[in-house]
Amino acid sequence: MPDQLIFAMEVFLNGLMAGVLYALVALGFVLIYKASGIFNYSQGVMALFAALTLVGIMEGRVPFAHLINATFGTEIHHFGWHLPALAAILLTMGVMVVLAWAVNKLIFNHLVNQEPIILFMATIGLAYFMEGFGDVMWGADIKKLDVGLPQGINTAIDEITYGWFGYGFFIDNLDIVATIIAALLVIALVMFSQYTKQGRAMRAVADDHQAALSVGISLNFIWIMVWSLAGFVALVAGIMWGTKMGVQFSLSLIALKALPVLMLGGFTSIPGAIVGGLIIGVGEKLFEFAIGPMIGGATENWFAYVLALIFLVFRPQGLFGEKIIERV
Amino acid sequence: MLDATDEGYVTSDGRKIGDVLMEMKNITLRFGGVKAITDISFDIRQGEIRAIIGPNGAGKSSMLNVISGFYVPQEGEVWYKGQKRPQMKPFQVAQLGIARTFQNIALFEGMTVLDNVMTGRLNYMKTNLFQQALWKGKAEEEETKNREVVEKVIDFLEIQSIRKTPVSRLPYGLKKRVELARALAAEPSLLLLDEPMAGMNVEEKEDMSRFVLDVNDEFGTTIALIEHDMGVVMDLSDRVVVMDYGKKIGDGTPDEIRNNQAVIDAYLGVAHD
Ligand SMILES: Nc1ncnc2c1ncn2[C@@H]1O[C@H](COP(=O)(O)OP(=O)(O)OP(=O)(O)O)[C@@H](O)[C@H]1O
Ligand SMILES: [Mg+2]
Repeated sequence: MPDQLIFAMEVFLNGLMAGVLYALVALGFVLIYKASGIFNYSQGVMALFAALTLVGIMEGRVPFAHLINATFGTEIHHFGWHLPALAAILLTMGVMVVLAWAVNKLIFNHLVNQEPIILFMATIGLAYFMEGFGDVMWGADIKKLDVGLPQGINTAIDEITYGWFGYGFFIDNLDIVATIIAALLVIALVMFSQYTKQGRAMRAVADDHQAALSVGISLNFIWIMVWSLAGFVALVAGIMWGTKMGVQFSLSLIALKALPVLMLGGFTSIPGAIVGGLIIGVGEKLFEFAIGPMIGGATENWFAYVLALIFLVFRPQGLFGEKIIERV
Repeated sequence: MLDATDEGYVTSDGRKIGDVLMEMKNITLRFGGVKAITDISFDIRQGEIRAIIGPNGAGKSSMLNVISGFYVPQEGEVWYKGQKRPQMKPFQVAQLGIARTFQNIALFEGMTVLDNVMTGRLNYMKTNLFQQALWKGKAEEEETKNREVVEKVIDFLEIQSIRKTPVSRLPYGLKKRVELARALAAEPSLLLLDEPMAGMNVEEKEDMSRFVLDVNDEFGTTIALIEHDMGVVMDLSDRVVVMDYGKKIGDGTPDEIRNNQAVIDAYLGVAHD
């Protein structure tokens, strides 16, 4: 087999793994958008916020330490404990539920029946608020996150591919684990929405608010629930990214890649978010590999957006999105 | 005017109508400058079929929306089962056992008929998430019970053949029937129907009339319905409230309404003063 093709296969696999993370963030968008019609720009920042909170809780950092020390002239930074990863993750999930409740109580309950663009603007405000809030709460330094996930080259794959092609693929263990966890998460979400009372209610709300109310579903409860779920998804994405590159503010920018993913996959489709994420992940890696060197590289910054734009022109509702027909 | 004493009354076909189930007291509802309902009072008694009629824009749907919590009246009180009902959200009213259909149909278009009807049972699903995930027995028992009720309703309304059909593919008349099925699945103590026969052909109307009567007869469900077709109203209902321009202009048995001069004027379009 020609070398170029073998390299391309490796790039393809790595693209798939990168795509999984895009898909995760896109999934959070879809959940909230379907249930409430809110396009949640802050989904990426939620991943950052979740990861920051997780590090803070795990390492026993004192929240608002900077503020407290500056005000009272103290020098406290740590509570002096170190929590096991699982406990910290559970606590962080709790924080995400509280965040979901607060976002609905303090923002969206006051914006019922507002235009979608107003709701969208609110989420932009929320994104920057959370970014700043996370900063003040936990400090702006880059934090190492280690919840015990395996990292480094997967030697088994390296050896097998070496045996086949005489060239060992470099696949990161973390990417493999991320893929498995993401798959489990998606399966769990689908089971939840299909087979539980709350899942049914969630689908009902996504379909028709008026009808949902008439069968006794509290919209508010469902909205808090989907924001919590989106928060959990964000946490998973935040853990993966944070483990890879440290928890830092650029996280929320990478998460914006979910936008082209959504344009591709459609805003209302969970399979669309997944497939869209994979296409973008693979597409940008392959493009960089094949075309990048000819045009000076760094194509990953823009490729996803251009691909989405081209796609948008030909299929505005996305791959799996419902056809948008204006009701008259 | 029919003498509805506290003990109820007996209908012309011999059914015994009981206590007051719901009472609207001096309801006034405004939308900005528009007065949709002006100081209206009436009651709905246990076991009766109560019609609300009136010309377009009279405020009938608004009244149903007040009962079901979708609209909040500026003035007046709603009494239910002998108690003053605090201001409630629509989902809370539904949980009280008041089910409804909508004038312009509100179904879950993306779901099948069966799933739509099943949502009517959501209030009866009491097991929590952990039980549903871990303790299969209890949750399954509940699911089976709910399924039984749903299947019964589906049989009752003769929609077995479309159980698995996505609602979006159904013609209008059947959608109305599915919406009724969803409301019935909740086993409501009060059923509110906003123009259940609007837009139907004669045959469909006859079917729907029969279903309304049968529901009332077999399950003893109290029904309040809005309808424009006078023939249907006169056939179905025990008592009728007539609205016009947000005001109540008549209240009584079909016979009394037929001979009520104010009602006749309203329907013949006699100029308002
Ligand atoms: N949500 C609303 N916002 C503003 N005005 C409303 C609203 N709902 C109803 N109205 C107004 O209240 C009045 C009564 O409307 P309603 O829908 O209750 O009439 P209706 O008797 O049901 O008429 P129809 O027979 O045409 O259904 C109308 O003037 C209507 O425009
Ligand atoms: Mg109406």
